[in-house]
Amino acid sequence: MFEALSDKLEAIFKKLKGKGILKEEDVDVALKEIRIALLEADVNFKVVKSFIDRVRQKSIGKEILESLSPAQQVIKIVYDELCELLGGSSAKIQLSPNPPTVIMMVGLHGSGKTTTSAKLARIFKKEGRRPMLVAADLQRPAAIEQLITLGKQIDVPVFHSFDLKDPRKLCQEALKKAKIDRMDPVIVDTAGRMHVDEELMQELQYVKEILNPNEVLFVADAMTGQDAVNIAKSFNDKIGIDGIILTKMDGDARGGAALSIKEVTGKPIKLIGVGEKLDALEEFYPDRIAKRILGMGDVLSLIEQAQKAFDQKEAEKLKEKIEKEDFTFDDLKEQIRKMRKMGPLENILSMLPGANKLLKDIKIDEKEFVKVEAIINSMTLEERKNPKIINASRRIRIAKGSGTTVTDVNRLIKQFNEMKKMMKKFKHGKGFKLPKIFPF
Amino acid sequence: MGFFDKLKEKLTKTKQTIIEKIEAIVPVGKKIDETTIEEIEEILISSDVGIKATEQITELLKKRVKEGALKDYNDLKLLLRDELYKILEDNTSLNLSNKPSVILVVGVNGVGKTTTIGKLGHKFVSKGKSVVFAASDTFRAAAIEQLEIWANRVGADLIKHKSGADPAAVAFDALEHAKSKNKDIVIVDTAGRLHTKFPLMEELKKISRVMKKSIPESPHETLLILDATTGQNAIRQAALFNEALGLTGIVVTKLDGTAKGGVIFAVKKEIGIPIKLIGIGEGVDDLKEFNPKEFVDALFD
Repeated sequence: MFEALSDKLEAIFKKLKGKGILKEEDVDVALKEIRIALLEADVNFKVVKSFIDRVRQKSIGKEILESLSPAQQVIKIVYDELCELLGGSSAKIQLSPNPPTVIMMVGLHGSGKTTTSAKLARIFKKEGRRPMLVAADLQRPAAIEQLITLGKQIDVPVFHSFDLKDPRKLCQEALKKAKIDRMDPVIVDTAGRMHVDEELMQELQYVKEILNPNEVLFVADAMTGQDAVNIAKSFNDKIGIDGIILTKMDGDARGGAALSIKEVTGKPIKLIGVGEKLDALEEFYPDRIAKRILGMGDVLSLIEQAQKAFDQKEAEKLKEKIEKEDFTFDDLKEQIRKMRKMGPLENILSMLPGANKLLKDIKIDEKEFVKVEAIINSMTLEERKNPKIINASRRIRIAKGSGTTVTDVNRLIKQFNEMKKMMKKFKHGKGFKLPKIFPF
Repeated sequence: MGFFDKLKEKLTKTKQTIIEKIEAIVPVGKKIDETTIEEIEEILISSDVGIKATEQITELLKKRVKEGALKDYNDLKLLLRDELYKILEDNTSLNLSNKPSVILVVGVNGVGKTTTIGKLGHKFVSKGKSVVFAASDTFRAAAIEQLEIWANRVGADLIKHKSGADPAAVAFDALEHAKSKNKDIVIVDTAGRLHTKFPLMEELKKISRVMKKSIPESPHETLLILDATTGQNAIRQAALFNEALGLTGIVVTKLDGTAKGGVIFAVKKEIGIPIKLIGIGEGVDDLKEFNPKEFVDALFD
């Protein structure tokens, strides 16, 4: 998401790394580039200005000159400042001790309120709570239907009415219903509105009075430009927000909005939307994103997602299999299924340090995984356990059965064998390289 | 109220950021120096004009100051107006000369594709044209229903399949329908997609390809919808959608809310695709033909 910015900073600091002592003019050259990079990244120009000033103050002078590695120190200063700017520490959604917790989603048109509401409900549902969605967007055509459809997909009830025209009335009824049915938390999707539309902002204020929400979450598009600051400020001043959700972080927007909104509103960014699927909502970790900006990769997020997908027992079992060298096509299928559970592969790879450059030219087609699964499914149980028996006529049969070509089947078998070889090495502790099972 | 007045009214916000800020730092009669130009650079950047376009303008300002051509604020205002206008001139309007004329509408998520199509349909129907909507956004929940409501509202035909159906097939059917029923205009709605998602961009190419099987020279217009609140990423969006499909025009939406119209200059400057329409409000009539002269004049008057 911040690839372009990290690339720039990487290039700048490469220049700095070459020099023994860091001079004031070197710092200035770097800061000039950082300024342009931040502005190109849509960071608000005022935020950029104060950021640059702070980094300059901390960079020039004793601290740096006494250090053995000046470039590293500048990177650290920029990183620390970025962390501070992005929010210091992670902020979770506060649940009320007196249920139901009411969460109200607000924002401009098209920022992603409805989708994010459903994603949020899904998370609560997964935690074992009984979330309820409220379709209080009575403006946009088919907004109610959209939330109902999403609710069905995640099996969460959606309180709605096609007759009520006043969102206040609807919210009152929704709260009553939630209390009777003991639903908690209650997530209210409101209509998108322009921050300059006095009338609609007033309406939102009334809705808030009725809901008395524990959290008002401002949903903002990560691609927003300089105006992000004004929009967020308006919503914060007029409605009062408790936190921010940044959506569409899976695009290539440099996401400067993330840097500026926090600074201007003082409110934490709580979650980020990273895809169209309903599981694509992640916690926001300022330190990790700051690292990502600096091209250090987001390994922590990766590990966390891996933990979610693989449980400990299964990991042990896999280890055993690798040690006994009886890893089969069935195991491979299981691994692929779990990897895909971790989210879109592009997102996973983008978290690896240095993957920015690699990923630029790689097109990842998730459909390739479907192909691999289909091929494995077309193998007999015996073939999966003992691939050696897969001769030419079996290959033709497998290709036909899976709707692929013999070339596809051959490639998969070859990759599987390579993977097994790799595992042998792994077992003997000769270092571990990512096996090339990926179809790209 | 004429269009000009309405645009002016809607653009007050834009005017305040660019022009009034400049007036604030350069009062009429004040001498212009390097710091003034630096401040102008900052103002243009903060209005999402984009670094390249901004630098080009400020370089020119610097040159003119050196030459002694710029003496006070009035000179500066005239020069700025000229430069901004130069970026936007040579625009064309929608090509509707075919029967049916086919318009493919694309863009990232949440920019206002379906709403724009509704407004566009209203515009054509009120001019006496017969319009067909193709519900090729088969991905987003209730997208078909949303377009259906618009079709009923403005009096357009709707060609739809089930949710999850092949969007290219929907577009094809809509074109066939228009041909057999002798309709004037077909507008194809597509699912929002980030320009970085390779398979989704390939899907768009397929829609365009399949449309050609019904009408070889279609789509006659491929419009990218851009959200005016978007920052510099708008340039990437325009570049990548253009690469995939060959855009014929851009529609800028949500110009009524954001304080910045700068994205228009940046996109036109760097990608060179004409801006054809702008959305300046939530009303069904608030979609206007883009007129660069009026747009720039409205900023200055």
